[in-house]
Amino acid sequence: MNLLWVPLLPLLGALVPLLTGKMSRNVCAWSTALLPAFALMIVISLIPGVMAQQLPSVHYEWVPVLGLSISFFMDGLGLLFCLLILGIGLLVILYARYYLSPTDNVGRFYSSLILFMSAMLGVVLSANLIQLWFFWELTSVSSFLLISFWSDKSDARKGARMALTVTGAGGLALLAGLLLIGQVVGTYDLQAVLASGDTLRDSALYPAIVILVLLGAFTKSAQFPFHFWLPHAMSAPTPVSAYLHSATMVKAGVFLLARFYPVLSHTELWFGIVSMVGLATLLVGAYSALFKHDLKGLLAYSTISHLGLITLLFGLDTDLAAIAAVFHIINHAVFKASLFMAAGIIDHESGSRDMRRLNGLFKYMPYTATLAMVAASSMAGVPLLNGFLSKEMLFTEALHQETLGSMSWLIPILVVIGGALAVAYSLRFIHDVFFNGEPINLPKTPHEPPRYMRVPVEILVLLCLLVGIFPQFIVGDLLLSVGHALMPNGVPYFSLSIWHGFNIPLLMSVIAVAGGMALYYQRRHLFAFQSQFAQVDAKRVFENAIQWLVIKAQLVHSWIDNGSFQRYAMWLVVAALFAMGVPLLNMPEAAGTLPQTQVDPVIVIGAGLIIIGSIATTLVSHRRLLSLVMISIVGLVVSIAFAWFSAPDLALTQLSVEVATIILFLLALYFLPQKIAHLHLSPPRVVRDLVIATLAGAFVGTLCYAMLTHPMTSISDFFVANSKTGGGGTNIVNVILVDFRGFDTFGEITVLGIAALGIYKLLAGIRLFVPATDSDGRPWASEKNPLMLAQISQSLLPLALLVSAYIFLRGHNLPGGGFIAGLITAIALIQQYIAHGVGWMRDRGDLNFQWFIGTGLLIACLSGVGSWVFERPFLTSWFDYFSLPGVGKFELASAMVFDLGVYLTVIGATLSILANLGKLTTSDRPVRSPVKGGRL
Amino acid sequence: MELIYAIAVGVMVTCSVFLLLRGHTFTIVLGLTLLSYAVNLFLFASGGLRLNSAAILNDGGTYADPLPQALVLTAIVIGFAMTAFALILAIRARADLGNDQVDGKAIPGDVLGDKTVSADKRANS
Repeated sequence: MNLLWVPLLPLLGALVPLLTGKMSRNVCAWSTALLPAFALMIVISLIPGVMAQQLPSVHYEWVPVLGLSISFFMDGLGLLFCLLILGIGLLVILYARYYLSPTDNVGRFYSSLILFMSAMLGVVLSANLIQLWFFWELTSVSSFLLISFWSDKSDARKGARMALTVTGAGGLALLAGLLLIGQVVGTYDLQAVLASGDTLRDSALYPAIVILVLLGAFTKSAQFPFHFWLPHAMSAPTPVSAYLHSATMVKAGVFLLARFYPVLSHTELWFGIVSMVGLATLLVGAYSALFKHDLKGLLAYSTISHLGLITLLFGLDTDLAAIAAVFHIINHAVFKASLFMAAGIIDHESGSRDMRRLNGLFKYMPYTATLAMVAASSMAGVPLLNGFLSKEMLFTEALHQETLGSMSWLIPILVVIGGALAVAYSLRFIHDVFFNGEPINLPKTPHEPPRYMRVPVEILVLLCLLVGIFPQFIVGDLLLSVGHALMPNGVPYFSLSIWHGFNIPLLMSVIAVAGGMALYYQRRHLFAFQSQFAQVDAKRVFENAIQWLVIKAQLVHSWIDNGSFQRYAMWLVVAALFAMGVPLLNMPEAAGTLPQTQVDPVIVIGAGLIIIGSIATTLVSHRRLLSLVMISIVGLVVSIAFAWFSAPDLALTQLSVEVATIILFLLALYFLPQKIAHLHLSPPRVVRDLVIATLAGAFVGTLCYAMLTHPMTSISDFFVANSKTGGGGTNIVNVILVDFRGFDTFGEITVLGIAALGIYKLLAGIRLFVPATDSDGRPWASEKNPLMLAQISQSLLPLALLVSAYIFLRGHNLPGGGFIAGLITAIALIQQYIAHGVGWMRDRGDLNFQWFIGTGLLIACLSGVGSWVFERPFLTSWFDYFSLPGVGKFELASAMVFDLGVYLTVIGATLSILANLGKLTTSDRPVRSPVKGGRL
Repeated sequence: MELIYAIAVGVMVTCSVFLLLRGHTFTIVLGLTLLSYAVNLFLFASGGLRLNSAAILNDGGTYADPLPQALVLTAIVIGFAMTAFALILAIRARADLGNDQVDGKAIPGDVLGDKTVSADKRANS
């Protein structure tokens, strides 16, 4: 069976609970469990291959140039984690079905849980470093959703944010580390990386790689000093804690240690950092756990402590220590998941998690109490249970240490102290909750949970016992295959048995148990000692840090974004100057080799008009009407320039757009302040702007000159050669627009339509400043629509429409086309608005210009889709020649239909911009919505 | 001739950038319009300057480069849409903020010595 399905099935499964969430609780839970169960079956079917060292893998290329691929493989390590993730995941699904209250959104919960599950599977199966990192980050994000599931609680939100911040920051460090690994090895392929340990260790980047990868692992696994997020993540629903903090989320960090153990370990640096951090975490976690009154708080710190233990084992310089670490990963996952579930049951059935109130529960729930006590004993390391075996292995390995040089004798002693603390807090869990008098003030009378809520706990506790009694039979082969993944050069012999004879590790166990019992018995003194220290609330420290960061970020932000467009525009232009200036400075000479054309009077006059017009526009920009006259001179000369330089289509377009633009400006004058103060014309500002503007002009002018005088090849020969034969038209510009580059044009008319609709929305429900007089204080003329203008415009309209139809029809072969014809029609109609007023036009048929835009776009789109019918790509054109009696031979082309779409869109957009602006002062103005219209 | 063309484009850019850096919406849109003229001429020049050789198939066989022309044609229309959008945005900003300043220092509701009545008031009176 294909390995790809293992992470893919749960990923698809994330959708299932969303669909079945509204149905009954049972249906939702069972349907959710279905796909992960399939995935588990696939994993089980793959076991023989993995055991025989024939590792299943799948590989799909994605972007080979960047080293990106979609690839999975399963070695012993991946197999072990898949079993944990899917096995415990299924138990959690069952457990959560009874845990969640009827008011909780079960669909959302299960969906996030399964998403998290597939992210974890992706991490442990990835055969590509970047892909591994992607899934790693997905675990952070999906765990954020899970921890903040009860999002109405402030604790849940803050805890989730803290977890995301810490693990997300670690994820970035990991990304940097993985990129460095990829750079050193030359590939992101994990199996290739795993085979090049010596290359990595000899690289100068090795220290940086180790520290970055370890930062990722330590933040995820809540290692000291990053451990503070884990207790706050306990605000999650208990099934989430049971899953994330036993088998999965925090185990991703130690998985990373195991994954890179073959290539990054075996150096002083690795052993030094990993063992010290692990040891510190082991002791800090175990000590803090003893003082927690919250049941889940105790378990959280105990989790930190056990993760420290696993990390410590990975940091001890013997191969057997790594085997012990893997063994403890299994054992911890099993007993901690069952303990979290038991804690959840106690919380669920008694209404409290406070160990000062929970007492003597054995009477009320003997069955659950027995299960929890077995699991807690395993946590303490009591013989015949799985926790004992791995702890014994830790003691054995701790004895053979040289990591600290002559101080190495400290390690076994500290480890025994950690063991004693574990016994003490486990004892507290058992004694405080199930014995020690009567319960105090519980919200509910405790009782046994529903039958099936206990099943997951029973299965896990049974596993504790089975592994504890028959270790070799249950996990021996599994550990061996993980060993192959961790130690490619051969796995050392290890023995998993309960009895190794009377030896020092056994003595250490005895000391730890006895010491732990003594500690618990004397806990009064310990608590009194601890109460002398002020409690440091990690959450408050963290929140203060976040607040500080936000304030500083806002300061920087308000410094950059001060609300002045002038400043933004200035920086934009300056940035463009840099981008243009560097290549220009590297160019030896502006003038190229092309022969230059003779200067003729027309061009001198034209250029003179443009220069004078531009400067005059600038100089009189505070006199609005005059500046518009000046800029319209520039626009007209530009259209003449197009005509002069062999671009009749451009000249026609520019001419008609020019008219529309100036009408638009004149309309806008009415709504903008009549007087423009000479604001900020302070000499330094003017000089600064002049320098920037002159530089910009000089750069663009030089670039333009260089472009005109340097020879270059154009791709246009293709268009010239194929215009008639391929596009059926002799006007090459139009054929490019409607045929060769039709898809671009389609995009452009869409933009035009969107702009017009945006303007329609901007004008809807606007609050108007209507000037009572003109800028010189004179009242407006009473005669709004002069008779002469009205008469002439009206008689011109049919003529203008005829011209636009002619321009449209000939466009494919002679200058013209949809754009130009549309503009001419629009201007002809606008002229009627100007001459007769809005009311007169409305009486003669109220045109809805937004409909024009939609219809035009639809026609253009359909003319493209039409070619699909003939199994051709989008917008493939078709044309042929026909003849009719009396008309003669004529051509029909599908591009004409497309051009019709362009024509309608341009009319609709232009008119909806101009007419809606013009209507603004009348009762016909656009309104926000029919209901709210009265508010205007 | 090429030099004169380039100088004209350069002067247009200079004037438009200067206008763009002023503090009122009207001048900025004016600068934007002038800049789009300049950019269109600049783009158009990338195909070279040819006289009497429109890109219509004929027997002569010399053509101006049609590709920049097609690009500039759509650029002109899009430029109109952009100018219109900026202008309407200015009108809307004036309506909502009461002024036409973009220097980040204007006080909302401060109408610069402009004798205006809001449409609401006029409707009520």
